[in-house]
Amino acid sequence: MIIDDFLIRALLAGVGVALAAAPLGCFIVWQRMAYFGDATAHAALLGVALALMLNIPIFGGVLAVTLAMVLILTLVSDRGVGFDALLGVLVHSALALGLLAVSFLPNVRVDLIGYLFGDILAVSPLDLALIWGGAALVLGLLIWRWNALLITTVSPELAQASGIAARREHLILTLLLALSVAVALKVVGALLIAALMIIPAGAARPLARTPEGMALIAAALGTSAAIGGLMLSFAFDTPTGPTIVSLTTVMFAVTHLTGLAPRRGA
Amino acid sequence: MIQGAMIPGTPLIEAVDLCLSYGAAPVLRDVNFRLQRGEIVTIVGPNGSGKSSFVHALIGAIPAAKGQIHRAKGLRIGYVPQKLGIEPSLPLTVQRFLNLPHKVDKQRANQALIAAGVADLGRRQLRQLSGGQLQRVLLARAILLRPDVLILDEATQGLDQPGTAAFYRQIEQVRQELGCAVLMVSHDLHVVMSASDRVLCLNGHICCEGTPEIVASAPEYRALFGTGTQGALALYRHEHSHSHGPDCDHEHSFLSEHRTNDH
Repeated sequence: MIIDDFLIRALLAGVGVALAAAPLGCFIVWQRMAYFGDATAHAALLGVALALMLNIPIFGGVLAVTLAMVLILTLVSDRGVGFDALLGVLVHSALALGLLAVSFLPNVRVDLIGYLFGDILAVSPLDLALIWGGAALVLGLLIWRWNALLITTVSPELAQASGIAARREHLILTLLLALSVAVALKVVGALLIAALMIIPAGAARPLARTPEGMALIAAALGTSAAIGGLMLSFAFDTPTGPTIVSLTTVMFAVTHLTGLAPRRGA
Repeated sequence: MIQGAMIPGTPLIEAVDLCLSYGAAPVLRDVNFRLQRGEIVTIVGPNGSGKSSFVHALIGAIPAAKGQIHRAKGLRIGYVPQKLGIEPSLPLTVQRFLNLPHKVDKQRANQALIAAGVADLGRRQLRQLSGGQLQRVLLARAILLRPDVLILDEATQGLDQPGTAAFYRQIEQVRQELGCAVLMVSHDLHVVMSASDRVLCLNGHICCEGTPEIVASAPEYRALFGTGTQGALALYRHEHSHSHGPDCDHEHSFLSEHRTNDH
């Protein structure tokens, strides 16, 4: 079987994104930031529209908008009151504004599906470089700040008492989120990026005893879902992003259902 | 046995004209406070009096609206929070928790668990612990790095009476071993006050401070808590002998001085 270049690039892109998204997703899950992730991911579409209007690279436009979004969310969440509802407003407003902005760009309408659900088979060598560069940066920072991020997750006060600036660690996490969204847009699209972070982490939970274990398992599950999803979508001619995410959902169901069985017996 | 590079006599933590606010609402105003090496200080006050906010400000978790907080250089704080909610999605063993954020060797972790009275819990998940066990694990983590000061924020909330008494005995023991200062916020007035060098009564500001006996008989304190705890205080009174190192020269005479603020 001859494997085409674009398929190899797609594989590498999927693996790169999954490797960074899954461990980051663990923190998103632990800190109950799933909705936060959604809002940031949905804002990506606005970044696409902006980039096309201003004629700048898509990646740059998306990164700028997702960075702005996480900073707004962080400012808003600091105020505390009614954050949940405000998040809901921001999630859907970001998506609606993005769709609206894109609709003003006549040439882009055809590509809309690609931005919403990803277009992994169209990954260029430059995309691939951005994806792996971004993924390496995310993973590197996660590993470097791991213990500080973890104690901040457990309790900001405990972190602070240990001399760790909890707010700074939280900010690092949100910046990593923004970067991951920008990196993953091409692969799974604005609607499903958060899924690629959260579902592998959730699927890994019943199998893990330590945070590190959970992150490693999530990375493994996410990576296999990326590879498996790509193969399945190629074989059955299904959209790749949704296939990958569906596969993680199957994993989630399996680990949670089998995870329950021995616990009941014990 | 007193370690650290700090100059003896300088306070471990000092608050100068400290004001705290939550949003626009003032929580605490004009607090001047010094914690000396080896001291046991208890903070009492009704709900919403700013006790926890004060402690959070001392550890740096919330910013001062006005005034300053000085912590001695290289100060090691052992902090035990009111309670710790562990996310169900976060798998975390006791052993791993003790290694956050700094890795410690296993023997040391076990010693801390023994000192806190929970020797065999290392491999358990934090979420599987009972309230009392979790508080003791928090205590173990707090004493792990031989802190200069142990800060307990209503650490016995949710424990029953024997559990509370046992917890305080543990703290007393740990303190004698480490020689650290203890700053605790408490509701358990009768138990705690008797073991304290000094009591700080907060209600939006410092109402009164001094030795337990002086505070217990202060009109400001009685106005807040009534006179009911006085008998209990006598009942639970016990001698605690703590020795300060030779290079520790905080003035006890200062502590017994009773100061009140105008209302």
